[in-house]
Amino acid sequence: MIWNEKMECMDLEDLKNVQSDRLKDITDYVYQRSPVYKKKFDAVGVKPWEIKSIGDIKKLPFTVKEDLRDNYPFGLFSVPSKELAEIHVSSGTTGNPTVVGYTKDDLKLWGEVMARALCCAGAKPQDKIQIAYGYGLFTGGLGFHYGAMEMGLSIIPASSGQTKRQLKIMTDFKPRILACTPSYALYMAEEAKEMGIKLRDSSWEIGIFGAEPWSESMRKEIESTWNMLATDVYGLSEIIGPGVAQECQHKNGLHLFSDVFYPEIIDSKTGHLVKEGNKGELVITTLTKRGIPLLRYRTRDIVSIKYEKCKCGRTSPRISKITGRTDDMIIVRGINVFPSQIEHVLLGIEGTLPHYQLIVDRKANDLDELEIMVEVDQKIFSDEIKELRAFEEKIKKEIESVLGVFVKVKLVEPKTIERSEGKAKRVVDKRVI
Amino acid sequence: MDINFWDKEIETIDKAALKALQLKRLKETVSYALKTTFYKSRLKKAGINSSDDIKHWEDYKKIPLTTKDDLRECYPNGLLAVDMQEVVRLHTSSGTTGTPTVIYHTKSDINHWAELVARSIVATGATNKDVFQNMMSYGMFTGGLGLHYGAEKVGMTVIPMGGGNTKRQIQLMKDFGSTVLHVTPSYILHIHSKLEECGVGLNDLKLKKAYLGAEPYSENTRKKVEHLFKMDVYNSYGLSEMNGPGVAFECVHKCGMHVWEDTYLLEVVDPKTGGSLGEDKEGEIVLTNLNRRATPLLRYRTRDIAFIYKGLCGCKRTHRRISRITGRTDDMLIINGVNVYPSQIEEVIMRIPEVGTNYQIYLEKEGTLDKLIVKVEIYSKMFRGDISEIDALKSRIIEELRASIIIHPTVELHEPGALPVFEGKAKRVVDNRVKL
Amino acid sequence: MKLTQISIFLENRKGRLYEVCSLLGKHKINIRALTVAESEQFGILRIVVDKPEETAAILKKNGFVASLTEIVAVEVADKPGGLAEILKVFSQSNINVEYMYGFVEKKSDKAMLVFRFDEPDKAIALLKKKKIKVIGRKEMGDL
Repeated sequence: MIWNEKMECMDLEDLKNVQSDRLKDITDYVYQRSPVYKKKFDAVGVKPWEIKSIGDIKKLPFTVKEDLRDNYPFGLFSVPSKELAEIHVSSGTTGNPTVVGYTKDDLKLWGEVMARALCCAGAKPQDKIQIAYGYGLFTGGLGFHYGAMEMGLSIIPASSGQTKRQLKIMTDFKPRILACTPSYALYMAEEAKEMGIKLRDSSWEIGIFGAEPWSESMRKEIESTWNMLATDVYGLSEIIGPGVAQECQHKNGLHLFSDVFYPEIIDSKTGHLVKEGNKGELVITTLTKRGIPLLRYRTRDIVSIKYEKCKCGRTSPRISKITGRTDDMIIVRGINVFPSQIEHVLLGIEGTLPHYQLIVDRKANDLDELEIMVEVDQKIFSDEIKELRAFEEKIKKEIESVLGVFVKVKLVEPKTIERSEGKAKRVVDKRVI
Repeated sequence: MDINFWDKEIETIDKAALKALQLKRLKETVSYALKTTFYKSRLKKAGINSSDDIKHWEDYKKIPLTTKDDLRECYPNGLLAVDMQEVVRLHTSSGTTGTPTVIYHTKSDINHWAELVARSIVATGATNKDVFQNMMSYGMFTGGLGLHYGAEKVGMTVIPMGGGNTKRQIQLMKDFGSTVLHVTPSYILHIHSKLEECGVGLNDLKLKKAYLGAEPYSENTRKKVEHLFKMDVYNSYGLSEMNGPGVAFECVHKCGMHVWEDTYLLEVVDPKTGGSLGEDKEGEIVLTNLNRRATPLLRYRTRDIAFIYKGLCGCKRTHRRISRITGRTDDMLIINGVNVYPSQIEEVIMRIPEVGTNYQIYLEKEGTLDKLIVKVEIYSKMFRGDISEIDALKSRIIEELRASIIIHPTVELHEPGALPVFEGKAKRVVDNRVKL
Repeated sequence: MKLTQISIFLENRKGRLYEVCSLLGKHKINIRALTVAESEQFGILRIVVDKPEETAAILKKNGFVASLTEIVAVEVADKPGGLAEILKVFSQSNINVEYMYGFVEKKSDKAMLVFRFDEPDKAIALLKKKKIKVIGRKEMGDL
């Protein structure tokens, strides 16, 4: 079933016309309503009326994460904050988080694209869906919730965690659709085995997994373990949240809803478009958002794209799985973490920055673990074990309070962490995804 | 004082019309209830075979009381009155041990719930110009989604913050200019204690109102919070069996919480006999949800103790008010807004071979937040003198408890024989918390 | 009468303890008493030496994190009940014992107990009152 056949199966020429009209509309809209965008346009000497078709998009300046950060909280918005129906917040690179907001119409858009995504994955009206993405400021939970509402599915708002309960929900209510991070699906498998549950008999037939990178081999593992179809969903809160792109049952690329989110793949060093089919940085323009529309937003995700029509009938272009990042952001259990945020917290505790390193690993139980190695120096050291432990606890608590991530802290002796000539290697990612 | 109404007609409906409406809805609810396996037999035993057997308003008394144990026994489908396909949402109770309970909702059930919350919000004087920071947990907890839907209906700007992350909460209150909060009393006090550390003063905040609920607190605490934050505090009452928040809410007069009687048939009964107590007398609140299709619940014993105010409120709403909840009829504990039964904790302890069967549950305040300490005794046979082993055992106990009760307890390992033993019924729970 | 103990931060890695002791041996520093307090991830090596400041400098120079702490060393008869007698004194007072460890002296029939008190001066006064021998710096050197 295709949720919006008109848009999702549109002939590519017609689609170009729709995109052109919308681009003209949105450039005019932001130029008039966002002083920050007006300034950006003026800086490169482009005016909205110079944008006549979708091809002219390359005349427009890029938008980067720093633009959101520098204009915290509402500077980059195109509407006054009181017109926003909902606000979400995601990781910022340092102290301030990134703010995104939705007008009533934006919320409708979100519901629409998520409904498209759910159908694309194979959901049918009247299916039950277990939403095990976190609900709250993270856009995962509520995004799926709005899409499921739009589709009329029966929603089990399980949110994340409490594995035994998740499994009990599955056995008691038999939802057909599972939405959570891929590593959590495997983690639940471990727990389920211990509980004596017959995994291959589970009610979950379709999984919609995302919020962290995952490989084909992981997909195969999930599918064989749970006897379900494991599909990939892509999104980022700056654009809308989940619902930017979704795999269909052919699992051959994620359909990107380009009538509302226009994609470009660029060389991250030069800013020019790469040849079709080559990898590059995904840049997205929101063509219809009203609250905080973003033009040519650099996602820092590296993908490739293809335009041939898919066997499912959808003409929307398909992006590959995310193959890497252009920055140092890491994803821990579906949560985005920038090493600079951790640094900011450590600095706040100690006054000076101790030598530290982040070690990310995924243990046998499939859950990500973030360990912060901190070198003990004269300042930190105390004769009493309880004081050193209190120091460890303080770091853990601070990071949880500010970033919402649970970490382990390991105190190590001086010079344990490799010193380097140039940029310090802040992150050691031991995960094999 | 300006009185705003979301639905003036219903909120100021005259008594006679209200009773007629309740009767009509009770009959419809009984019809739906008879479709459920549970009520079919239960009502038949009471001589009720169809809604025709409810002729007069007083006939509700013919209906037997429903308890939490009934809900547990019905799990999962015993109380479902519609086709599963009509269900758009379900909320289950916390924890995996013991049997959980579940409430289903159709689209119209959800919409009606949101209406009640919208009514409640407007009754406190909030409007679509307000910025609402929802500090109650989202997901299965009804506090999050419950207020969320009502606030969106009213047109407020909603920040779905959920609980925890105190520094982030404070930062967002300041940066987004939040004007209305939904939060537990202990957490709002905790936030106040952290303001200075975050370099935030009252002048940096634009708070006007806070809706406090999920745990009991006194009039003094309300005044304290109002004084500390220079904002109005409104009491909120709800329970997931009756949807969630939005069952009863204070209006601008802040003198008792209006129960939305077009939706809830309100009674106060003697917890021992089940006999009706009328107004002004403290007893157990019993509610019938008159406007829910998927999961009808008739004369449900909430185990909350309160009384019904006599007389009309200054706001002219004809829906009667209940007092604060002054206690419970069972041993359920509320820890930082989360319901916990001692039996859930016991069940976990008994499963762990390294600790003995003697345990104690200590509750105290850490600052303004509740702290749960579970004290257990180590089995001497299991002790090998290794600190890391002890640490590992502690972590395991904490994880097992968390999986069952959701909140994060402190676990203390004691020597065998260190904890007091009582003759007869052990005094397992020691609640040293200063009542808010 | 207070003595200085050196506390050294060590990870729970193979050979760390050996490295410290071997370093001290190389510099001809005599260890009078030692104990290791361990936790899951790391340990704190506490040593009493005759030249604490010099020793701390050597350790720091070699990349160890070391700090100095005031402790009280008490002499007790090396026989059963000796320790209990001393502890009786403190269990009846308000002075808190943070930790302690013991050492047998080879020159005499006495044993040495090292205490970390929360209030070392008060502890020393109390010990003197009860006529219990507190070991001073010079005596530590002669042991």
